[in-house]
Amino acid sequence: MARRRRTNRLRASLQPRAWLLRHLQVFVSSLGRIWQRPFGNGMSILVIAIAIALPAGLQLLVSNLAQLAGHWEGGASATLFLKPEVSDRQVKALLQRLGNDQRIGALEHLTPQQALEEFRQHSGLSEAISLLEENPLPHVVLLKPADAGLSPERFQALVRELRSQPEVDRAMVDLQWVSRFRAMVQLLRRGSQVLAVLLSLAVVLVIGNTIRLEIQGRREEIEIVKLVGGSRAFIRRPFLYEGFWYGLLGGLTALLLLELSLLFLRGPVERLAQLYGGGFRLQGPDPALALAMLLVAVLLGVIGAWLAVQQQLDRIEPA
Amino acid sequence: MIRFDRVSKSYPGSQGGLHEVSFHIEPGEMVFLTGHSGAGKSTLLRLVGLLERANRGQVWVNGHNLSRISSRRLPLFRRQVGMIFQDHRLLADRTVFDNVALPLVVAGLGQAEIRRRVQAALDKVGLLKKARALPVTLSGGEQQRVGIARAVVSRPPVVLADEPTGNLDPELSLEIMELFRQFNQVGVTLLIATHDLALVEHFSCRTLTLRDGRLVGDR
Ligand SMILES: Nc1ncnc2c1ncn2[C@@H]1O[C@H](COP(=O)(O)OP(=O)(O)OP(=O)(O)O)[C@@H](O)[C@H]1O
Ligand SMILES: [Mg+2]
Repeated sequence: MARRRRTNRLRASLQPRAWLLRHLQVFVSSLGRIWQRPFGNGMSILVIAIAIALPAGLQLLVSNLAQLAGHWEGGASATLFLKPEVSDRQVKALLQRLGNDQRIGALEHLTPQQALEEFRQHSGLSEAISLLEENPLPHVVLLKPADAGLSPERFQALVRELRSQPEVDRAMVDLQWVSRFRAMVQLLRRGSQVLAVLLSLAVVLVIGNTIRLEIQGRREEIEIVKLVGGSRAFIRRPFLYEGFWYGLLGGLTALLLLELSLLFLRGPVERLAQLYGGGFRLQGPDPALALAMLLVAVLLGVIGAWLAVQQQLDRIEPA
Repeated sequence: MIRFDRVSKSYPGSQGGLHEVSFHIEPGEMVFLTGHSGAGKSTLLRLVGLLERANRGQVWVNGHNLSRISSRRLPLFRRQVGMIFQDHRLLADRTVFDNVALPLVVAGLGQAEIRRRVQAALDKVGLLKKARALPVTLSGGEQQRVGIARAVVSRPPVVLADEPTGNLDPELSLEIMELFRQFNQVGVTLLIATHDLALVEHFSCRTLTLRDGRLVGDR
C-alpha cells in the first residue's frame, strides 16, 4: 500500500498557464536560434524553398496550360468545304439547317469572294491571286460545337454526320492537337506529382539533417536537462518548433521564388499570348495553392525534426 | 531513504564496478562515501541517480525500486534527486539565474514561483548578486555553489554530491560542507563522495568506505 502511494508521486504536476507560456517562449526562442546562424541556416532554408517551389511551379505551369487548353478547346472547330456547283439558295438552306441544329454553336459562312479576300490578306500572295481569272475557292462554313466541353469523339461524330450532307464536299476537324495537348497536360500534371513526392522527401531529409546537427551541437545542454529531470517532450519541443520554423520560412521563401519567376516570365508570355489572339494571362499561385504550400512545408518541417529527434535523443544520456 | 541490496555493477572489459554492495541510509542522514581512486564511488552515485542501472541486486531510493522505473518516468524520478558534480556541469551560455532555474523550468513551475525559489537558493549559497552573470565569469568555488543551488532549488529529498570540493582550497571546501550541513538540518538526505579524509574527520558523519568495488567500512 505504502509503496503504491509513493510510486504515485512520480507524476508531473500540470500548470496550464505556465505550460502555455513555456510553449510560447520556446516557440519564439527557436526562431531566434535559427537567426543566430543566418548564413548556414539561410542556405538550408533556400534549399528547402527550391525543393518546394519546383513542384509548385510545375503545378502552376500545368494549371496555366490547362487554362490555355480551355481557351483553345472553345475554338475546337470544323471547316466544311461545299461542292463548287451548289447554288446560293442551296447554301442558304444548308446554313438554316445547321443553324437549327442544337449541337452546333457558332456558325460562320464565307462566300468564295470573302474566302479569296481572306486568303489574299493572309497569304501574302495578293499579286499572284490577282492574276487568277476566276475564283477557285468554294463556299466555306466554319462551325464550333455548342458545348465547348464536348468530347473530341462526339464532335468528330457530329462532323462525320455533316460531311454526308449533299451540299458538303469535304469536312476538316481541327481537334487532334487538342487531345494531344490535353494528354500532354495530363502527363505534366502526373510528373509534377511525382516530383512533389520526391522533393518532399528531400525537404524532410534536409530539415532532419539540419536538426540532427543542431541536436549534436547542443549535446551537453541536453545531457544537463536530462540530469535535472527534463522529460522527452520538454527536450523535444525546441527542435520540433525549429522544424516548424524551417518549414514555414522555406515555404514563404518558395512563394517568393515563384512570384519572382512569374514576374520574370510574365512579359514574354503575354507577348506570346497576343500572337495567339490574346485573352490569356499568366496566373500566379492562388491563395489555395499558397496556403497548401505553406501547410505542406510546415508539416514536412515538423516530420523531419521529429525523425531527427526520435533517432538522436535517446542516444544522449548524461554520464 | 537509500537502500542497496547486494548490488553489483560491472562494465564489459573493465575490472572496475561494484560487487555485492549493501547498505541503508535513513531519511535525514548525511553520509560520506570514501575510497581510493577507482574504488567505485562515482559508480555508486550514478546508480542512485539512475544515470546507470545495476546488473544485479536492488536499489531503493525514496521508496522507489529503481529497477521498476521505466525510461518514460525516469525524468520524474530525477526531479527527486539533486546531483552535484566536480565539474559543475553548468550551461555556459545561460546566466547563473537560468542555470539554477532549470530544474524548476523542466518541472513546469510558473514564472513567479521560479523567481522566488531561485532567489532563495542563490541567497542561500551567497550568490544573489551574481544572478545575471555567466558561469565563466565566476571562480571555481562560485561555480560549484551555483551547481549546489541548482541541485537544491527544487527541494529534492535526496542530494548526491560527487567530489564537490575536488578543486577547492581547504577553506572553501569547509564552507561548502557547511552549506551541506545546513541542508541536512532541514531534512535533506545527503550522500557525498570525497577522498578528502581531513574533511570527513572534521564533520564526524557516517562514512561508507569502498575498496575495489566492495563496501569495506561503515561507521
Ligand atoms: N563507463 C565505464 N566503463 C568502464 N569502466 C568503468 C566505467 N565507469 C567506471 N568504470 C570503472 O569502474 C571503476 C570505478 O570507477 P569510479 O569512477 O566509480 O571510481 P571512483 O571511486 O569515483 O574514482 P575517483 O575517485 O577517481 O573518481 C574504475 O576502475 C573504472 O575503470
Ligand atoms: Mg569519481
